[in-house]
Amino acid sequence: MKTDLYNLTLKEAHDILASRQASSVDLTASVLDRIDSVEGKVKAFVRVTRQNAMDMAKEADKNLANGSYSQITGIPLQLKDNMCYKGIPTTCSSYMLEGFVPHYSATVVDKLQSQQAVIVGKGNMDEFAMGSSTENSAFSKTYNPWDLKRVPGGSSGGPAAAVSAGECIYSLGSDTGGSIRQPASLCGVVGLKPTYGLVSRYGLVAFASSLDQIGPLTKNVSDCAIVLNQIAGHDYRDSTSIQHKIPNYTEALRSDIRGLRIGVPKEYYSDGTDPEISKTIWTALKTLEAQGAIVEETTLPYTDYALAVYYILAPAEASANLARYDGVKYGFAYDGIDDMWKTMEKTKQHGFGPEVKRRIMLGTYALSSGYYDAYYMKAQKVRTLIIQDFQNAFNKYDVLITPTSPSVAFKIGEKDKDPVQMYKSDLCTIPPSIAGIPAISIPCGFVNNLPVGMQIIAKHLGEETILRTAYTYEQSTNWHTMRPPL
Amino acid sequence: MLSSINISTEEVQKIAQLSRIGMTEEEIEGFRYQLSLILENFRVLENIDTSDTEPTGHSSSVSSVMREDVAGNPSDHEDILANAPQKENGFFRVKAVLEQ
Repeated sequence: MKTDLYNLTLKEAHDILASRQASSVDLTASVLDRIDSVEGKVKAFVRVTRQNAMDMAKEADKNLANGSYSQITGIPLQLKDNMCYKGIPTTCSSYMLEGFVPHYSATVVDKLQSQQAVIVGKGNMDEFAMGSSTENSAFSKTYNPWDLKRVPGGSSGGPAAAVSAGECIYSLGSDTGGSIRQPASLCGVVGLKPTYGLVSRYGLVAFASSLDQIGPLTKNVSDCAIVLNQIAGHDYRDSTSIQHKIPNYTEALRSDIRGLRIGVPKEYYSDGTDPEISKTIWTALKTLEAQGAIVEETTLPYTDYALAVYYILAPAEASANLARYDGVKYGFAYDGIDDMWKTMEKTKQHGFGPEVKRRIMLGTYALSSGYYDAYYMKAQKVRTLIIQDFQNAFNKYDVLITPTSPSVAFKIGEKDKDPVQMYKSDLCTIPPSIAGIPAISIPCGFVNNLPVGMQIIAKHLGEETILRTAYTYEQSTNWHTMRPPL
Repeated sequence: MLSSINISTEEVQKIAQLSRIGMTEEEIEGFRYQLSLILENFRVLENIDTSDTEPTGHSSSVSSVMREDVAGNPSDHEDILANAPQKENGFFRVKAVLEQ
């Protein structure tokens, strides 16, 4: 039985560790063995920190033996490779960060390490978190465990694929316009983007600072609540961090949604969405209705503008954030010419991949003199209207339910030559990001043997309502127990 | 209304220069086509009346965070310089900024 420990959920693994049926060393060894047997096919990791992980597992076992432990003590996880972990290279899957070894850890990493969580490695991603398929990694593509010819989604494709393939018990990703939820959907796992500011961004490499947020990717909803308990909370080192009393999120895991008002915004079920996916979500809505929820169609009229708003604002912020990669302080530096500006231009030319350049160019254009009002300012104003759309909806509804992704996992190479098609992968996940509100993706069925995710959106700091709704659904279905045939 | 969007080669060169990204002619041509296409998709925003709408820069209501000025342990000088591509005598080494 010990060889299958990697298959456990976080909660199951904790129960086994706490009752001393297995040690953290056993569990970690099982996960590392699993990595050895499937990583060649999945490629979910940029780096596996094997020795570190075994050392941490031994430390965790001491604490488990003397009774001072929490629910994540001794449990192996993966970190997306845009979160700093002291002494271990952080690459953002980019040549630009070649040789960069952070001398500090992100707040989330400090929090996990203070509980003796076991970090098994760094997850692959689209370069600097820009992309929806993990095809933009400078090192390797990641392959969807459900069909190795297909993408895992992105940008947290490594984390979603690793959780799905059993290469870690859970992972931490980051989400700017859907980068946790969309890959979670495509890989059949649970992914939560918390309210903007609920989880500290300190030590997360910045992409679009008004949108970036860290969140868990897990095998089920209960695990999601457990991880959120550990990572949420105010941090003085992140000036956008919210002062909010963090509830015990596992207390929200109640199978009771009687009277819950669910809004179904019709814009998310339009021509751009695969009709089979819409049908799958409606089946899930019927399940929720049978549990006592009140389901009603509604409209969020500014939804169709969200994609344009996002692809102006996020690149604009990225163009400012990524200006720091100048080859002086850390990372890749082009060598061989004397001129400072030429050196900087060559550094960026060779350090960044095509999508990162495209976004920097787009953002620089939107912020440049003569275009600022037409693009950047206009997008910020429409952002206000999108936020108002949600505020109006949440006067009537407790949650909104939509597909997470307009399609199931697409083939590798299918969209990577056409940025506009690729950008449309984020159609359903972008609006909540723009509004800074929380949203989860949970497995709710299959289309053509590929997982479908359902997105549940709530108002600002509405994580408990999301978790309760998701948990209730999960209790009456078994989609979350399905594992890919690797 | 903006006219149909077709960015010129010179405009792409100018944006590349503002971004400090070196580019081959082939890359410039590629971006000229792609950026035009992407910007064309942004034109839907022109149809929205935002004359009475305030812009939102940030979805968080947090503003001007204050704290006590307490002495702490900042990162070690050597730790930071350890990542520098070029350093000298405890400083980052950079190419000459001023013309001779």
